[in-house]
Amino acid sequence: MPCDNPVIISPLDAPPGAVRFTRSRLADLGATIVVWLMAMLVTAVFVWLLADIVWHGAGQLSWQFLTEPSRNAGRAGGVGPILVSTGLILAVCLAVSLPLGLATAVLLAEFTAVDSVFGRLVRRSLDVLAGVPSIVFGLFGNAFFCVYLRMGFSILAGGLTLACMVLPILIRATEEGFRSAPQEYRLGAAALGMSRTSALLHLLLPAAVPGLVVGLVLGIGRALAETAALIFTSGYVDRMPGSLMDSGRSLSIHIYDLSMNVAGGNAHAYGSALVLILLLLVINAAASQMAERWLQRKLITV
Amino acid sequence: MSPWRSDALLVWLLRGCAALVGAIVVLILLFLVRESMPAFRHVGIGRFFTDASWHPLADGSQGEFNLTPMLVGSLVAMLGAVLLAAPLGVGSAVFCHYYAPRWIARAYRKMIELLAGIPSVVYGFWGLVVLVPLIASWHPHGPSLLAGILLLTIMILPTIALTIDAALANVPREYVSGAAALGMSRWGIIRGVVFPAAKSGVFTGILLGTGRAIGETMAVMMVCGNVVRMPDGIFAPMRTLTANIALEMAYAMGDHRSALFVSGLLLMVLVIALVAMAEMIGKEHIHQES
Amino acid sequence: MQPKTFQDRKIVPSVMLCLALVVLCSSCSRALPSKTGESDGSKLQGQLTLTGSSTVAPLAMEIGKRFESLHPAVRVDVQMGGSSRGIADARSGLADIGMVSRKLHAEESDLHGFTIAKDGLCLIVHRDNPVTELTNEQVIAIYTDRINNWKQVGGNDAAITVVHKAEGRATLELFLKYFGLENPAVKADVVIGDNEQGIKTVAGNPDAVGYVSIGAGEYDASHDVPIKLLPIGGVAATTANIRNGRFPLSRELNLVTKNKPQGLTKAFLDFARSNEVHDLIEEQYFVPLAK
Repeated sequence: MPCDNPVIISPLDAPPGAVRFTRSRLADLGATIVVWLMAMLVTAVFVWLLADIVWHGAGQLSWQFLTEPSRNAGRAGGVGPILVSTGLILAVCLAVSLPLGLATAVLLAEFTAVDSVFGRLVRRSLDVLAGVPSIVFGLFGNAFFCVYLRMGFSILAGGLTLACMVLPILIRATEEGFRSAPQEYRLGAAALGMSRTSALLHLLLPAAVPGLVVGLVLGIGRALAETAALIFTSGYVDRMPGSLMDSGRSLSIHIYDLSMNVAGGNAHAYGSALVLILLLLVINAAASQMAERWLQRKLITV
Repeated sequence: MSPWRSDALLVWLLRGCAALVGAIVVLILLFLVRESMPAFRHVGIGRFFTDASWHPLADGSQGEFNLTPMLVGSLVAMLGAVLLAAPLGVGSAVFCHYYAPRWIARAYRKMIELLAGIPSVVYGFWGLVVLVPLIASWHPHGPSLLAGILLLTIMILPTIALTIDAALANVPREYVSGAAALGMSRWGIIRGVVFPAAKSGVFTGILLGTGRAIGETMAVMMVCGNVVRMPDGIFAPMRTLTANIALEMAYAMGDHRSALFVSGLLLMVLVIALVAMAEMIGKEHIHQES
Repeated sequence: MQPKTFQDRKIVPSVMLCLALVVLCSSCSRALPSKTGESDGSKLQGQLTLTGSSTVAPLAMEIGKRFESLHPAVRVDVQMGGSSRGIADARSGLADIGMVSRKLHAEESDLHGFTIAKDGLCLIVHRDNPVTELTNEQVIAIYTDRINNWKQVGGNDAAITVVHKAEGRATLELFLKYFGLENPAVKADVVIGDNEQGIKTVAGNPDAVGYVSIGAGEYDASHDVPIKLLPIGGVAATTANIRNGRFPLSRELNLVTKNKPQGLTKAFLDFARSNEVHDLIEEQYFVPLAK
C-alpha cells in the first residue's frame, strides 16, 4: 500500500488542519461509512425480527409456562417437558460431536499436511456434509438410527443425527483456531522436548479456544434451530422423557407444530420462540464461561 | 517421527475419528442412492430433466418428474443469498474488529450469535406473516424468489460473519500494528494486510454459508411460493429442491418417494460440485502459503 | 521434566472415555424397548405407537393423553409423517396404528380402518374481500387461470392470488375430485403444505383465495384472523353443516391397523370412537361421528 500519509492514520484521528483529501483518504472515509451502514442494516433487521417475537411472546412467559406440560395440543399449558427433551437432545449431540470434532480438527490442523490426500478428502467431505439439506439428514437419521440400528423414535437418534449436522461447523471453526496458533509454540515445544500430545493439550488447545468457542456457538445454534431433521428422528411426543430411548420433541418442533399445524397456536408459538432465544443466550454465555474457566485464559476475542 | 508412543497412539486415534466423520458422508450418499434406485429403474434418468413438469401423481401419464425448474430455483436462491450475505458478513466482522468501540462490538457479536440460533421455522414464520405481505403490497403475489433470497440472506449471515470474525481475530497483532506504524489508513490496512492474512477464514466462512443456503428447507418452503416453474423474475414464485422434498415426502409412496430421493441425490451432487469448484479456486489462491 | 509422565496418563483415560461412549451407544441400540404390550386381563399396560397424518396427530395426541390418564401403565406415542407414512407403517408393523386423513383407497383394503371424526374442506378469502360466494364453475375457472382478476367475479380490480396444496395431500385429492380437476391443469400462484400456512398466506394477502380444512378455518376465523369461509354449492361452511351432512365437501379421519385389533390396540380404538372423547374432537374443531 502506498504510504502517502506518513503521519495520519485516519481522518477521524487527524489533528485539525492536517487533513488532506487524497484518494486513499476518500476511500477510507467511504469504507467507514459503508461498514457502519452495513452494521446498522443488520442491526435493524435483527431488531425488527426480535421485536416481533418479543412483542407477541413476552405475554406468554411465566414460571408456569416454563415448567408445566403442554395441554390441548399445545395451545394451553407450557413447555416444561419439551425443554427437558431439548436439553437432552443437545447434550447427546454435544457429547458425541465435541470429541469427534475436536479430534478431527486436531488431525486436520496438526498432523496432516495441508495438501495431503487424506486431509483434502476429509476436508472436502466435511464441506459436503455442511451442504446436505436438513431434511435429507432427517430421512437418513430415520433410516439409519431409528430403523437400522433399531433405536426407534428416540432422543438418542435425534441427538446422533444432530451431531452429524453439527460436526462440519465445529471442525472447520476449530481447525481455523488451531491454524491461528503461532508456529513458535510448536517449535518451542519441540525444542523443549515435549511430546506432540503434550504440546497439543497444554499449548495449542488453549490457543485454539476462540475458534473452538465459535464452532461451539454456531453448532449449538444450528442444533437448537433444527426442525426437519428431528421430526423424523426424535419425534413428536411431548411427554416428559424417561430415558434417552424415549421419544421427545424439541422446542423447534413444538414451534413448528404450533405455528403451522395447530389452529390457534400462534400465541404459544411466539412464547416458545422467545424461550428458545433466551435458552440460546444462556447456553452461549455458559459455553464461553466454561471454555474460559477450563482453560484459564482470557479469550482473545472481545 | 516423534519418539513418544503417546503421539503414535494419538495419531491413530485421530485418524480413526476423522475416518468416522468421512464415513458419515459416504453412508448418506449410499442411503440416497439406495432409495433412488426404484425411480432410476422405473423412470429413467433422462426424464428427470426432460419431462414437461413435476406432477408425480398425474393419472393417465406415468407421472412427470422434471427437476430442472427446482434445480434452477435452488441455484438462483443460493446465489442471490450468498451475493448479498457475503459482503454483509465481511462488513459485520470488520465492523466488530476495526470500527466499533469495544462495548458496541461485544453487543453486536452477541446479537449475531443469537441470530445464528433462531430456528428456521421462526424465520419462515416471520417471513410468512411479515415479509411476504410486505412484498405483496408492493407487487402481487408475495411469496416469491425475492422473499426467499432475503430470508436466506438473513439466515446465512451469522454463519459467515462469525466465522470471518474468528478468522480476523487470528490475524497476528503485529501485522496490524506494523501497518499502522507505517502510516497506512484504516481501510488500507484492512484491505492490504488483514484480508490477505485472513483469506482462508473468509473463504471457509463463505463456503459454510453457501452450504447452509443450499440446504435450507423449512424457511424457503414458507416464503417462496412453491410453484414448480422456472423463476422468470424476482417476484415469481418458485420451488427449491429442498422445499420439494419437505412438502411431498410425508405423503409420497413408491416411485414418487423414490423420485424425491433422486432430487436429494441431485442436491448432494450439486454440493459436491460446488465444493470441488471451491477446492480448485482455493488451491490456486488461498492455501498457497500455509 | 521426566518423559512419559502425565502426557501418557492423560491419553489412557480419554481413550477409555471414547471407547465407553461407543459401547454405550451400541448397547443402547441393542436394548429394544418392548412395543405393544398385552393386557393382562384386568389392567392395560404397554406402549402404543401411532404414526401418520399431521392433521390427525394433535387429536390423536390428546386422545392418547386422556387414555394414559385412565390407564397409567400405558404409553401412547404419536408421531407425524403423513397419511402415506401411516399406511406404510401400519402395514410393516413399525406402528401399531396408522393415522390417515382420508378414506382408504381400494388398494388399501387389506387394512382395517376405523373412522374417529369427520372434517370438511372450504374455500377461504381475506375478510376484506367483498366477494361472498363463488359458484363451482367460477372456482374451476379461477384455479385453471381462465379468470384471473377479482372484478370478473364481482370483487375489486386486483389480480387473484391462487393458493393450492402440495401433491399427495388428502385435502388436495378431495378438492380435485369434487371440482373435477386434474392437478396438471391447475395454475397456482402459491403452493402450501399445511393448513395453517394456507391460512396465514390468505390472511396476509387481501387478493388471495385458498382452501383449507373447515376445522382450522372456523377456529381461526372466530379468533380474529382476517379470513372468511365461503359457502360451497350454496351451503355455508360450518362444522354444524358437516354434522348434519348438508355440506358437500367432507372427509373422514381414520385410524388403520393391519390386523383385526386386539388387546391394547382394541381398547384404544374403542376409546377413540366412544363418546368420552367427543369434547376433545370438538376442541380441535373436527366433527365427532353421530352415534
